[in-house]
Amino acid sequence: MADTPIPLEVRNIKKRFGDTEVLKGLSLTAQKGDVITLIGASGSGKSTFLRCMNLLEQPDEGELVVHGEQILFKETSKGREPADWKQVVRMRAKLSMVFQGFNLWAHMTLLENVIEAPVHVLGKPKKEAIAHARELLERVGLSARADAYPAQMSGGQQQRGAIARALAMDPEVMLFDEPTSALDPELVGDVLKVMRDLAAEGRTMIVVTHEMAFARDVSSQVIYLHEGRVEEAGAPADVLENPRSERLKQFLAPKH
Amino acid sequence: MIDLHGYGPRLAEGALITIELAVLSLVLAILLGLATASAKMSRNWVLHRVATLYTTIIRGVPDLVLMMLLFFGGQIGINMITDMLYDRFGVDIFINVNEFIAGVVTIGLIFGAYMGETFRGAFMAVDAGQIEAGRAYGMNHWLVFRRIRFPQMMRHAIPGLSNNWMVLLKTTALVSVIGLTDMVRVASEASKATREPFTFMIIVAVIYLLIASLSEWGFARLQKRYDVGYGEAD
Ligand SMILES: Nc1ncnc2c1ncn2[C@@H]1O[C@H](COP(=O)(O)OP(=O)(O)O)[C@@H](O)[C@H]1O
Ligand SMILES: [Mg+2]
Repeated sequence: MADTPIPLEVRNIKKRFGDTEVLKGLSLTAQKGDVITLIGASGSGKSTFLRCMNLLEQPDEGELVVHGEQILFKETSKGREPADWKQVVRMRAKLSMVFQGFNLWAHMTLLENVIEAPVHVLGKPKKEAIAHARELLERVGLSARADAYPAQMSGGQQQRGAIARALAMDPEVMLFDEPTSALDPELVGDVLKVMRDLAAEGRTMIVVTHEMAFARDVSSQVIYLHEGRVEEAGAPADVLENPRSERLKQFLAPKH
Repeated sequence: MIDLHGYGPRLAEGALITIELAVLSLVLAILLGLATASAKMSRNWVLHRVATLYTTIIRGVPDLVLMMLLFFGGQIGINMITDMLYDRFGVDIFINVNEFIAGVVTIGLIFGAYMGETFRGAFMAVDAGQIEAGRAYGMNHWLVFRRIRFPQMMRHAIPGLSNNWMVLLKTTALVSVIGLTDMVRVASEASKATREPFTFMIIVAVIYLLIASLSEWGFARLQKRYDVGYGEAD
């Protein structure tokens, strides 16, 4: 459909920390329903790239277009900054992030976590937000835990709760930063299952992960990053099954 | 029954002044403390310097000296301003530094510096991921502060707050030097007049203790409220 805006377009993002250039010009287009997985060795810039997408990090160069809206930047003495923080707040509300360390708000119950941003950022009526939150908790299998605090839940439950919190925003795009890396192996499956369901229902997702089976089965596109550059990108069948670069072959080789 | 020689009502009034003074000073100290902590954590070096200067001065000068400086110095300063207004513009006003307000301002200023340290430590103890999640979900600075930073910070701040409050409460006894009739001053007048210092000082001590234990109970409840969600097993 020509008239529905593209959920997220990222063009030529560059980012340096001090003297080291961590992202050396990265681009990506997430069409509606795309699941893009970012893979790469630790330190290759996956998290930084993801964090640039919702401006938790400020890219030094490059463009962001969220749901057709171009993000405006201005040059300051301290470097480039968003020109309009209201716009940033608005775009962040469209991109929900799921963190490696869950980051559910510790002083709120699970239900309170899920309704927090819809009520206070989007201005949704509380009653409506609660009803929606209960549906979402049901979906991620946590109905019984609505009144629990994060510290009372397992890592897997917290991460599924964090996914419910992300869904509550009705996001254009969901950003996942290694959502299963901090979990005990036996808890990973539940979280991946929820993510597979989301992909199946046509959610637009950008996922940093080391779960190759997930990447292979679910992605529309796989991007392999090496030292802040795209080394290889394409359909999972090409990138994961027939890697061209030596480095990617090494990276994918089973480690013993 | 203890014979108060008719000083009962005045003593009660004095106690009320002590309490009002302490509570208002506490409010001011908390506001100043939050501002100081924010200034010290900000990247703006001017704010940082000002806040550092403030805490250095307050911590280095005895409370009693500060109180007299602010009270008498404050009066002189205000007089200079009103004199100037008269000379320049013919405006004739006279402002007398009210002892009560001077007391609140001085104690508030002193404890604002200590609260600043308490709050700074408490703010830094909040996990960065919690703040980041707020930002990632579209909260602006104020919303992040109100909904996440502040409630999570309080858990770490309450022990220090409670401590500062106890010391602040006792510091109110110093205001008699600037002529405020708090309960210590009433008691000391009564002691001299009746030659029964023991009776009146015991009463004052008991009232302080009573306020202190009540506050301790209050702070324990507050701590419980802000500890919600942390580390309790299911
Ligand atoms: N806030 C920061 N300050 C300085 N260096 C950083 C910061 N964040 C990340 N880096 C550096 O940037 C590089 C990429 O990091 P990151 O994006 O976290 O990689 P990945 O997620 O792929 O492991 C690493 O070398 C890391 O040390
Ligand atoms: Mg990472």
